[in-house]
Amino acid sequence: MYEVMVRSRAFDDRLTEKYWVEKKPIFSFSAGPLPGELHTSHGQEPIGAGVCGALTPDDMITTGHRPHHVAVARGVNLKEMTAEIFGKKTGLSGGRGGHMHIYDKRVNFSSSGIIGEGLGPAAGMALARRMQKRPGVALSFIGEGGVNQGAFHEVMNIVGIMKLPFICVIEDNKYAVTTHKSASTATERNSDRAACYGMTGEFVSGNDPDLIFAATERALERARSGKGGTILEIETARLLGHFMGDPAGYITGERKAYQVDPIPEYRRRLILEGVLTDVQAIALETQVIREVDEAMQFAAESPYPDPESALNCTFSDQQDMSKPFLETELF
Amino acid sequence: MSTKEAAPWESPTQEQTAGEVSNRILTICRAQREALDWEMQHDPRVFMVGEDISGFGGVFGTADGLGDKFGHDRVIDMPISETGFIGMATGAAMEGMRPVIELAYVDFIGVCYNSIVNYAAKTHFMSGGQLKVPMVLLTGTGGGYSNAAQHSQCLHATLAHMPGLKVVSPTNAYDAKGMMHAAIRDDNFVVFLVHKGASGVGFMGPVIKTTLNEVPTEDYTVPFGKIRVYREGSDVTLVGVGLAVHHALQAADELAKDGVSAEVVDLRSLVPLDRDGIMASVRKTGRLVVVDEDYQSYGVSGEVIASVVERDPTVLKAPAHRVCVPDVSIPFSRPLENFVLPLPGRIVAAVRSVMGMDKAT
Repeated sequence: MYEVMVRSRAFDDRLTEKYWVEKKPIFSFSAGPLPGELHTSHGQEPIGAGVCGALTPDDMITTGHRPHHVAVARGVNLKEMTAEIFGKKTGLSGGRGGHMHIYDKRVNFSSSGIIGEGLGPAAGMALARRMQKRPGVALSFIGEGGVNQGAFHEVMNIVGIMKLPFICVIEDNKYAVTTHKSASTATERNSDRAACYGMTGEFVSGNDPDLIFAATERALERARSGKGGTILEIETARLLGHFMGDPAGYITGERKAYQVDPIPEYRRRLILEGVLTDVQAIALETQVIREVDEAMQFAAESPYPDPESALNCTFSDQQDMSKPFLETELF
Repeated sequence: MSTKEAAPWESPTQEQTAGEVSNRILTICRAQREALDWEMQHDPRVFMVGEDISGFGGVFGTADGLGDKFGHDRVIDMPISETGFIGMATGAAMEGMRPVIELAYVDFIGVCYNSIVNYAAKTHFMSGGQLKVPMVLLTGTGGGYSNAAQHSQCLHATLAHMPGLKVVSPTNAYDAKGMMHAAIRDDNFVVFLVHKGASGVGFMGPVIKTTLNEVPTEDYTVPFGKIRVYREGSDVTLVGVGLAVHHALQAADELAKDGVSAEVVDLRSLVPLDRDGIMASVRKTGRLVVVDEDYQSYGVSGEVIASVVERDPTVLKAPAHRVCVPDVSIPFSRPLENFVLPLPGRIVAAVRSVMGMDKAT
């Protein structure tokens, strides 16, 4: 899990470097080799590592506008994801998606930039698997701010009614853009809301990948044994602004002190506990940085897509209508 | 399983339903229900979600009996949570299922528009074609029964404007069945609009005869993107969608008494739109009146006219006319509502104007 966290951090660090190219002295979202908004996951890496570490390949993920730590941990193809983020032809979606819209069907991963909108699709994926009699638990990642979307209430209620194999992972970094949780949320713990929906609530503090892993395993066990869904609330950290270029001047004093970098903490502990030596840690970090650099190089060397390819993929090319259905392996 | 292309279809006369005793003359509702039944029988990926469908059969009877036949875990009653269950249908479709969603009134897309346009409609594109969303959103449109502004809209343009949605609307039983088969078999997200007034649902009073026709028992598909010429004519083309087509047919009967030969064209599908078919008809008649029960501005009517004048502005002998809802909400009171709907009287007046007949008298 340490390796996964470091990979995610190295990935975001490199992206940050590239992001600022041609954006100084005058900042513009549209400038430079990495245009658009960029929401990095600095501080939230333990959630990706802890949750995804407990999953099997059958499980399914939808997440939101800050997807890198989950995508990296889930094993989304790093080179193709990087190329996508740079808008290249070799990207996962041929440059149509960008950093908020990462899709990798091979590892059952989707992300969406609209807050809360991944919840319904994830619950539907869980329903599909149940109907197909195939294994798989669906997880949807959402921030503590996203919990206040109506979609949350609607979907959690349906998950409760249908006892779906579903986990809602709430990444509580205390800030919905600039608004602190105390100003956005009437209840102290969002996991308490599980009681209203016939779900189980789990609360994990400390931004600790080991605790997150253990809580995820409990939730998966419940989901797989027909005991229904879990709202898994995890307190985490957002070390930077909402998006790159947001200096986050609104996070001060005590609230700033709360935002602790989890990676050095975890590294210290692993070494202290004798799980990892300093030499091993350095070797691992060097290796991970090399992988990330290779991905960056792959993206940099990849061509941009043909402009006309913007016109493809709005619709799926049509199959043979005369066949009511294909002989499917699903059932 | 044999499947055939839509056979050339003859416009039913009023006598057909009165004179011929056939249990295969169906309403739109019954016809599309047959297609749903067939697809659920033959394709285990197909399931339904919606409000009041499993036991009750849906507000329009579309799922009548399907819950008992296929089980209540395949015809699934949902709470009043449209964002939730449309989102779920999207996820199920991404995982290989073929959901059919019933959203009773199209007006309700106000509460779930995001899940439709930002998620379901964009997933295939944003994933670069990795993920398909093969699903159908079946919903009722239209007014004319004093149900006021929030239960009487058509919202054709609101849906057809959005990339990634196929938007279709059958106007007779034969098309309804074939188009429902096609919608379920389509690999894309299809919005299936049925005007309540044309559907044959019990609470809308007498069934409009031109919506009824003979429906084959076997399965067949009616492909999207082809207009249907209901009635051939030489003086003016009346283009309509949904119930407006039947208003246009009535207007055409009226106009025939004055010696005006009106061609009545049913778009059938807004996305894809048969621009060639529209053009061919207008090239023949040289005059165009578009009838649409949606709001007039920024809508289907403007799109139809644009697709003609973009190709050849000289084809029109007179300015095109629009008979639509004049950019106001649908009122409750009967005289107010009838004033804004594109009823036959307004269509006749528009044609007379296009023909220059209003000046002559």
